Amino acid sequence: MAYLNITELQKHYDNYHALRGINLKIQEGEFIVFVGPSGCGKSTLLRTIAGLESSTGGSIDLDGRDITELASSKRDLAMVFQSYALYPHMTVADNLSFALRLAKEDDAVIKEKVSSVSASLQLDKLLERKPKELSGGQRQRVAIGRAIVRQPKVFLFDEPLSNLDAALRVQMRLELARLHKKLGTTMIYVTHDQVEAMTLADRVVILNAGQIEQVGTPLELYRSPNSRFVAEFIGTPKMNLIKLDGLTREGDMLQLKLMDTLIDFPVARVHGPLPSNATIGIRPEHLTIVSDSGDLTGRVELIEHLGSEAYTHIRLANDQTIIVKAPARTEIKDGEMIQIRVDRDELILFNESDRVFSVVPEEANHE
Amino acid sequence: MTLTQQRKLKTILVGIASWTIALLLFFPIFWMFITSFKTELQAISVPPQLFFEPTLENFTIVQERSDYLKHAWNSVVTSFGATILALIIAIPSAYAMAFFPGKRTKDILLWMLSTKMLPAVGVLVPIYILSRDYGLLDTQLGLVIIFTLMNLPIIVWMLFSYFKDLPKEILEAARMDGASPWGEMTKVVLPLSVGGIASTGLLSIVLCWNEAFWSLNLTASEAAPLTAMIASYSSPEGLFWAKLSAASTLACAPIVVFGWFCQKQLVQGLTFGAVK
Repeated sequence: MAYLNITELQKHYDNYHALRGINLKIQEGEFIVFVGPSGCGKSTLLRTIAGLESSTGGSIDLDGRDITELASSKRDLAMVFQSYALYPHMTVADNLSFALRLAKEDDAVIKEKVSSVSASLQLDKLLERKPKELSGGQRQRVAIGRAIVRQPKVFLFDEPLSNLDAALRVQMRLELARLHKKLGTTMIYVTHDQVEAMTLADRVVILNAGQIEQVGTPLELYRSPNSRFVAEFIGTPKMNLIKLDGLTREGDMLQLKLMDTLIDFPVARVHGPLPSNATIGIRPEHLTIVSDSGDLTGRVELIEHLGSEAYTHIRLANDQTIIVKAPARTEIKDGEMIQIRVDRDELILFNESDRVFSVVPEEANHE
Repeated sequence: MTLTQQRKLKTILVGIASWTIALLLFFPIFWMFITSFKTELQAISVPPQLFFEPTLENFTIVQERSDYLKHAWNSVVTSFGATILALIIAIPSAYAMAFFPGKRTKDILLWMLSTKMLPAVGVLVPIYILSRDYGLLDTQLGLVIIFTLMNLPIIVWMLFSYFKDLPKEILEAARMDGASPWGEMTKVVLPLSVGGIASTGLLSIVLCWNEAFWSLNLTASEAAPLTAMIASYSSPEGLFWAKLSAASTLACAPIVVFGWFCQKQLVQGLTFGAVK
């Protein structure tokens, strides 16, 4: 039995179906990240778990208790909001102790908990300040402290880092990861930033149009997405997608016709029925620029130098643009004709309805 | 003309304009104030006198003739009573409409405000009869009830807009922290809107204090507030300008002092409640 069990969860607004039957099992201590484009329902899902939105169908069980209809205040969850939502009329100390005071805990206990939490988040010198006298990062830490001090069953984070500047965001991301290691409490985290999702999560839940598109560890999603949506959503720069010019089976091999080139692909790595045509997906880091006998040829359109590497935009003969991740000190120049080799092990095949019908080599079906 | 000069000129022009408006607004009050220290003859002399020997005679007569303190007490009781009662009713209703709006909340608000568009005299007869039947004529309670109902729409509107401006996430945070709806209101919403509630209350007190229509029609002597007292100086025997001014000065004084005093509290309250 999972710790947090979401079954067939539905959420209808007046004319809008925001959650379309969500099924998800979360184990105790997991760090789960909900990610997806705006309007995919990730925040609605989190807020429904929190009880800030009521569901219109399905159920939520936490630690063996049905909390679907329970008030937020009784769910034993703590939430960190995007805007921090600190109580502006209270000092940091009062903000931290608010929940404990509501729960009528002993003064001595409150004092001890507040001081230990504030010490661990380096807030001990700020206890007497009001939120408006704090910087963004400090406010964020108070918001996190306010959640920790209650020792809830699950932490909910609603895009907590998106109001911080880039450097601070990276630092707080690390602090959150450390915090999860230290506390071991279940955390659910909503973000639209796939880097946060990849770096923080034990498992990532990708949502699209109110439905779960795929659930898996960050590496699973990266290497074996099950749809074009997931493939394009995870990874920067985006996965290159090229429509095949033909697809034929020759014994144990599939022949993928890509303009003038034929690429062999083992049939063992295909699951499900073979479609009549397909699109291949290949990540920019799995393409290599070679001096001869490449699989594709194209003209360099633009090179983006990032310092550590260079994103090379290449226009192919069929007028499609692809991106190749090249080494930082590449000798290539704009306008040059170049050849590219495709790493066959990393090829992903999509059928006409944008579902993946290939598997990674490790999972190939050796009979 | 350079940019600095242009800016200076603009400041001067704006300064002149605002002083003119302020003085225009203040002039009647100033004239009432000095007239109250004149004799009746000086008060109606043409051209009007700006310099004269002041006398306190009018104030003595006003207190003797119409018992100023009794009327002042009636004004205090009715204004504060009606304001407190109205706030008690308006805070929960504005809270409900701001945080749990329904499909028709906007319509209800508009409908409430629309009752203010009806001329009061239109309901004079029914309200008079109701007050008479319930024994509320010429009582403080009667005026308190009428004042409460009269100001309720405005108070609800003002509180509604203050509550609406509170960030929703703060309330949600309180809910997640385990606050009941009552705790949410008393520990978060009310402390955050002290400034708004104070300025709404102040406005209501001023409106009640200056209310004349219902005071004149529903009271005679016992519960008559200051506005009714002033009116008694415009009598069939003629207008007594100096005494009328003295009565008006006495009627205005408490609320002006109160407002002046509250101004500081209000500004403090408003900055205290600042959220962003």
